[in-house]
Amino acid sequence: MSLINPGFGLIIWMTFAFLIVLFILAKYAWKPIMNSLKEREDSIEDALRIADETRKEMENLKLDNEKLLKEAKGERDAILREARKIKERLIEEAKEKANTEAARIVESAKQRIETEKGRAMTDIKNTIAKYALEIAEKVMKEEFKDKKKQSSYIEKLLDETRLN
Amino acid sequence: MRDKTGVIKILAILGMVFSFFVFFPVAVNAQHNENESRAVDSALLHGKEEGFLAGEMITEHVTDSYQWHIISIGEKHVSVYLPVILYDRGEWHVFMSSKLYHGHGSYLGYFISEEQANLGKIVRKGANGEEIKPALDVSITKNVLALLFSSLLLIIIFLSVARSYKKNKGHAPKGVQSFLEPLIIFVRDDIAKVSIGEKRYKKYTPFLLSVFFFILLNNLLGLIPFFPGGANLTGNLAITGVLALFTFIITTVSGNKNYWVHIINAPGVPWWLKLPIPLMPIVEIMGMFTKPFVLMVRLFANMLAGHIVILGFISLIFIFGAMNQLLGYGVSVVSVGFTIFLDFLELLVAFIQAYVFTLLSALYFGMATEEAHT
Repeated sequence: MSLINPGFGLIIWMTFAFLIVLFILAKYAWKPIMNSLKEREDSIEDALRIADETRKEMENLKLDNEKLLKEAKGERDAILREARKIKERLIEEAKEKANTEAARIVESAKQRIETEKGRAMTDIKNTIAKYALEIAEKVMKEEFKDKKKQSSYIEKLLDETRLN
Repeated sequence: MRDKTGVIKILAILGMVFSFFVFFPVAVNAQHNENESRAVDSALLHGKEEGFLAGEMITEHVTDSYQWHIISIGEKHVSVYLPVILYDRGEWHVFMSSKLYHGHGSYLGYFISEEQANLGKIVRKGANGEEIKPALDVSITKNVLALLFSSLLLIIIFLSVARSYKKNKGHAPKGVQSFLEPLIIFVRDDIAKVSIGEKRYKKYTPFLLSVFFFILLNNLLGLIPFFPGGANLTGNLAITGVLALFTFIITTVSGNKNYWVHIINAPGVPWWLKLPIPLMPIVEIMGMFTKPFVLMVRLFANMLAGHIVILGFISLIFIFGAMNQLLGYGVSVVSVGFTIFLDFLELLVAFIQAYVFTLLSALYFGMATEEAHT
C-alpha cells in the first residue's frame, strides 16, 4: 500500500486497539502505579521530614545539654568562688579575732602584771618597812640599853620639839 | 520465583496467540508453493528475475500488506498470510490472503491493485473495467497484526508492572518495574507536570503514559527486523493520525474559556487583525488543526525515514552485488557498518519521537487548560 494512503481498516483497528489499551492501562496499570508511586514518595518524604525533625530535636537537645552543662559549670565556678571568698573572709575574721584576742590577752596580762607589780611593790614596801621597823627596833633597843642615854635623847627630842 | 512464572505465563499467552496466526497460514502457504510462479512475494526474488529493485523492496517493507513476508530461501517463501475481512455489496467476505497471492491472484473477483491510486489495496473490477474498493476493508493486515501484538504486549508488560507495584508496596522497584519506573516518572514529572501544571496534570497522565509507551514500544519493535517486529507501525499515517486525533479531541474537549477566547479574540493583538477580516481567528483556528497534523506527520516521517535509510543501505549490497559479486561483498562491509550506526541512531530516535509526541500533546493540553493571566 502506498505510503501516504493508509488503509481505512488500519485506522479503525488502531482506534479500537488504542482505546482498549488506553482503557485497560488507565484502569489497571496507571492508576495503581501512580498511586503506589505517590504513596512511596509520600512515605519517603515523611521519613525525610521526620529524620529532619529528629535531627533538629537532637540539635536542640544537644544545645540544651550544652546550656545545662555551661550553667552547671558556671554554678560550680560561682560556688567555688563563693567558697573561696568565704574561706578568705573566715580566715580574715579568724585572724582579726586572733589579733584582738591576742591584744586583749596581752592587755590583760599587762594589767595583771601591773597589778602584780603593784602588789609586789606593796609587799616589798611592807616587808622593807617591817624590816626597817625591826631593824629600827633592834637599833633602838641597842641605843637605849642604858637609861641615861634614853633620858638624854628624850630630853634632846623634847628640846627640839619645844623649840619648834 | 513468581517473576519467572510470570514471564513463562506471558510467553505462553503470546505463543498461543501467534501460533494461530503463524502456523495456520504458513501451512496454507506450503500447499500453494508449487503453483506459485508470478507472485509479488519478494522484492529479493525480483532481484534475481529482473534485476534488484531497491525502491520496490523498500516500499514493500515500510508499507502495509495483506501478508507478512518473513524470509525467502531460494524458491521457497515463508510468509504469514493474514485474514482478509471485507464488507462489500451488503455482505461480509472473510478469507485468507494466500488466495490473492497465488494462482490467479484473485478471489471472488477481489485482487490486489497495482494501479497507483489504490496501490497494494484490495479492489474489484467494476462494470467499466475500473477498480472499485470494497465498502469496508478491515482485514488483519501486517500492521494490524503488529498493532494487536504490541497492544497485547503493552498491556501484559504494564499489568505485570502494576502487579509488582502492588506486591512490593513501599519498597524499591524490582526487575522490569525498575527499568520502567524512571520512564514513568519522567513522563509524569518532566512532561505532564511541567507542561500542564501541578493542579491539572493528573487527569492527563494516563493518556500521556499510554501514548508514550505505545509509540516507544512500536518504534522499538519496528527496529527488530524479524517477525513479529519490523512492521513499520509508527511510520504509518493511519497510526500516527489516530494518535494525533486523540490528542486533538482531548485538547478540544478540555479547552476552557480562556483557550477559546485566545482563539477567537486573542488578547493583546491589534484590533485590525481581527476586524473587518478576522485574520487572527482564522490563523488560530487553523492552528488548532495544524498542531495535531504536525504531530501526525512528524512521527510518521521520522520513523519512515529511518526505516527507508536503513533499508537503503542494505539495498546497496544487492545493487552492487548484482553488478559484481565481489563488489557486493565489499560494499556489504560498509553497508553493515552504516546500518549498525543507523540502528543506534534509530534507537535514539525511537525515544526522542516518543518523547516529542508526548511532550507536545502535554503542551497542547496545558494550553487548553491554562487559566487566564491575571
